[in-house]
Amino acid sequence: MAEVMVFAERQGDSLAEVTYELLAAGRQLSQALGCELSALLVGPGAGALAGGLGTADVVVCAEDPQLAHFTPDGTLQVLEAAVQQRSPRLVLLPSTSQGLDLAAPLSARTGLPLVAYCRELWAEDGVVVAHSQVYGGKLVVEVAVPERGIVCLLPGSVSAEAGRAPGTPRVEVLSVPGVSARARFRQRFEPEAGDVDITREDILVAVGRGIGDRENLSLVEELAEALGGAVCASRPLVDNGWLPKNRQVGKSGLVVKPKLYLAVGISGAPEHLEGMKDSELIVAVNTDARAPIFDVAHYGVVADLFDFLPALTEAVRQRKG
Amino acid sequence: MDVVVCCKLVPDLVEELEVNEAGTDLDWAAVRWVLNEFDDHALEEALLLKESTGARVTVLVPEADGAEEVLYTALAKGADRAVRLTGLPPGAGSRALAVAFSRVLPSVGYDLILTGVQAVDDVDGQVGGLLAGMLGLPYVGVVTGVQVDWQVHKAVVRKEYAGGVVEELEVDLPAVLGIQSAQKPPRYAPVSKVRQLMREGKAEALPAELPAVPRAAVRRVFRPQTDRRAQILEGPAEQAAAQLVAILEERGLLRR
Amino acid sequence: MPRTGLDKVDGVLEQEVAVLEGMDISGHWNRMFEQRVVWDYPTDILEKITGLPGGESLAWCYQCGKCVPVCPVDIVGDYGPRKVYRKAQLGVDLFRDPDLWLCTTCMNCLRVCPKAVDMIQIMPAVREVAVQDGQVPPELQKTFQNIGKYGNPMGESPRKRAEWVKDAGVPVTVLPADPRPVDVLWYVGSYPSYHPRGKDAARAMARVFFALGVDFGILGHEEWEDGDSVRLAGEKGLFEVLAERNIRTFAKYRFNRIVVTGPHEYNAFKKVYPQYGGEYEVLHYTQFLAPMIPRLREMFVREVRCRVTFHDPCYLGRHHGEYDAPRRLLQAIPGVELVEMPRCRENGYCCGGGGGGMWLDSFTRDYTRERLSDRRVREAVETGAEVLAVCCPYEVSRFEDAVKATGNDGKLAVRDIIELVDEALGSPRAG
Repeated sequence: MAEVMVFAERQGDSLAEVTYELLAAGRQLSQALGCELSALLVGPGAGALAGGLGTADVVVCAEDPQLAHFTPDGTLQVLEAAVQQRSPRLVLLPSTSQGLDLAAPLSARTGLPLVAYCRELWAEDGVVVAHSQVYGGKLVVEVAVPERGIVCLLPGSVSAEAGRAPGTPRVEVLSVPGVSARARFRQRFEPEAGDVDITREDILVAVGRGIGDRENLSLVEELAEALGGAVCASRPLVDNGWLPKNRQVGKSGLVVKPKLYLAVGISGAPEHLEGMKDSELIVAVNTDARAPIFDVAHYGVVADLFDFLPALTEAVRQRKG
Repeated sequence: MDVVVCCKLVPDLVEELEVNEAGTDLDWAAVRWVLNEFDDHALEEALLLKESTGARVTVLVPEADGAEEVLYTALAKGADRAVRLTGLPPGAGSRALAVAFSRVLPSVGYDLILTGVQAVDDVDGQVGGLLAGMLGLPYVGVVTGVQVDWQVHKAVVRKEYAGGVVEELEVDLPAVLGIQSAQKPPRYAPVSKVRQLMREGKAEALPAELPAVPRAAVRRVFRPQTDRRAQILEGPAEQAAAQLVAILEERGLLRR
Repeated sequence: MPRTGLDKVDGVLEQEVAVLEGMDISGHWNRMFEQRVVWDYPTDILEKITGLPGGESLAWCYQCGKCVPVCPVDIVGDYGPRKVYRKAQLGVDLFRDPDLWLCTTCMNCLRVCPKAVDMIQIMPAVREVAVQDGQVPPELQKTFQNIGKYGNPMGESPRKRAEWVKDAGVPVTVLPADPRPVDVLWYVGSYPSYHPRGKDAARAMARVFFALGVDFGILGHEEWEDGDSVRLAGEKGLFEVLAERNIRTFAKYRFNRIVVTGPHEYNAFKKVYPQYGGEYEVLHYTQFLAPMIPRLREMFVREVRCRVTFHDPCYLGRHHGEYDAPRRLLQAIPGVELVEMPRCRENGYCCGGGGGGMWLDSFTRDYTRERLSDRRVREAVETGAEVLAVCCPYEVSRFEDAVKATGNDGKLAVRDIIELVDEALGSPRAG
């Protein structure tokens, strides 16, 4: 019986967070379609990690030593073999740096259609339906995958909870004759501590003149740390030397498009908006309900940031546990 | 030492995107076409390789309103050849484009193929990955730097992961690389140079046929619900904070 | 690069024995040094500049230094034509040096230069070469690309250029939709069409024109950036594209004169477009409205009671000699008390937006202590004025930003003159 196959993304010796999201989505689909859920685990030590994939019915392992570090080419060969040997109904991949290297080539090699940037995924009457976001989020495409296909799911689309179910799935070994990786890992670079590129950050906490004195920046820094993001600022604070130039957002600074832009004490002058208006989610905190920032924000809090920031930091810490 | 940059034109998001009457696709007549910004980075990376290794750079662009500008801007920036692929209708999709590229590339000649890692409209798959699969070449995406040793037919690339992590990979050539950003910002092509080249008319054309490709059926295209102005989270600080945290969690923004 | 001053001089002439008209001037008394010629310095950079069409006048500089105290950039940094010349003499390559991008072409230097060294010609000429070489500061590059693609520096859709008309409150003829002959073609401009505060001025202008019964039309989405600042920033090719396009568009419609919102397009249409075949009668809106002051006086219904100081825009004032029309308009408004800043009229202090400066703030910040607009706002505040009146669309945005940056929020309001006229005529205030 054709299965729903999830590609289990690894992060070194453990499983990436997004793998649990894929499993959750996969579980729901496999139940609706009346088939099994399999998880494909690649690289040495795969067998040891299988226990963490309790949501799946079967864990398919390919332990080739060449795949100790992620190599797009080698992993693709394994995926291709898996699809060939097991003929899954649907292959679920994460829309991550790893997933982007795999999904499209796999689609080309197997002839299975691909649906990328999927935000929502379900099955109705035996048909898998996906909602994908396109054109920078301006439009949504509803796509039906009637027979077999590949879906690339955006991280954060599905709650990972249902993917963490305990269980003892069957372990099957995938034999892949002669993996020859034409792309090979050489070395890894961790990001340097002080060196922040705000244009690459997913979460930004932006501070403006509403912060008052330089000492108050610590409130913002604590919030940014709790959220796992970086601090950026509007021009006046940078001009004052409170933050370095590479943290400035705006017309004469940097243009950013993070997943979350939390604007604190920023009024929203056009020169600043130019630098952040395309952010995916904009939340503004300002005491002035008529501040222009609220025209571009998706959510707003009309409050004194000295009350709100500590409350938010605490709430975030509690939720993250 | 031939580097080929495969480009695509995408709808400009500066304009309002109109959905057609049936609600099944974009209204192509209302679209303004611009070069996919990641392809601009791929071109810049190719030009940097030209400067450091003397490689020849060829740019392939499918025909559309605005393709001329893209072709001649590429030549003005230093590309050696600019080729327009004719015969593909707008909205043909990434997969059809990848097939078209795969069919002309053998005659164009390549040692390395660069293309933008993704585009705003490639819901049916990223051109780079599809192309690599079709040509049977290795593919690495999300690349932020390329170095090539032509003698040994190898490239060393930097691949970006979430959280600022970068990995270095060695890739056997020929290969396809999906560029996230070039090592330098895309250079400027002065308007007078572009106009001069347009007058000289050096761009070439190659015919392409619209191929049949496997595709998931698009049922409808629609605008997500969004409100004009910010939704205000009411109540005292703790209450508003709790509401905000719930929203962030729902959006997957509270990951560890 | 040569060393200066401390070099030992090579040629020494001295006669051991010399008696002249009975005077014994033997030995060191008749010591003479050989003439040291300026050719000891490499002159290739200077020659490269003065060899460019437009760059010739730099050669005439004799280092008197009159330009430096009037240069707005020197007040907040280290600049001036004399220094640019001297540095070029010493081997600094202006084509690749940050100095190339600090000049706003305000013309205060040319005004006082005894040798007519013309930076308004020199800087664009050198910048043109730099642009050809791809040496363009990133913010400026982005602006060139936006203007080339969308016809405005903001990168907004041309289709939205006339959206401000919907909230003007009065009918506005948009010529592409209604191509009737009009008396006045009102060239609105990019900032008044797209910038929130610019749109306030555009709407005010429409209302004032309507109240006066002016027969006018605008070009709507067919209007493209005039290009003067693009030209002065070195993108001559782009300027020519814009000029050709605008001239073709103007030719489609019938009108007697062009009235402009801003001094930069005033300069473009009056001085430069004729070289490309576009000759028009051009008026700045203050020049257009000044003769109508007697009628306006009768129509004013509201007092605008405030102390106002007026900032002379470089490209209307110094460049074209118009200092009075804006002042007459301001003084006609009931309740307005006009005070002058120390640097006014011919000696007006540049806001920093001209010559491409509008799109170089991210660059110039590394070379100036504060922005020119910040400096100017502090000067305005010192006059005790409550309102800083302007009539150039670059200025509202720059000065409002500067008011906040200098901590004068609430102390000084920035208004275009037309907004004050509109208010006095009884229209609802913006915001």
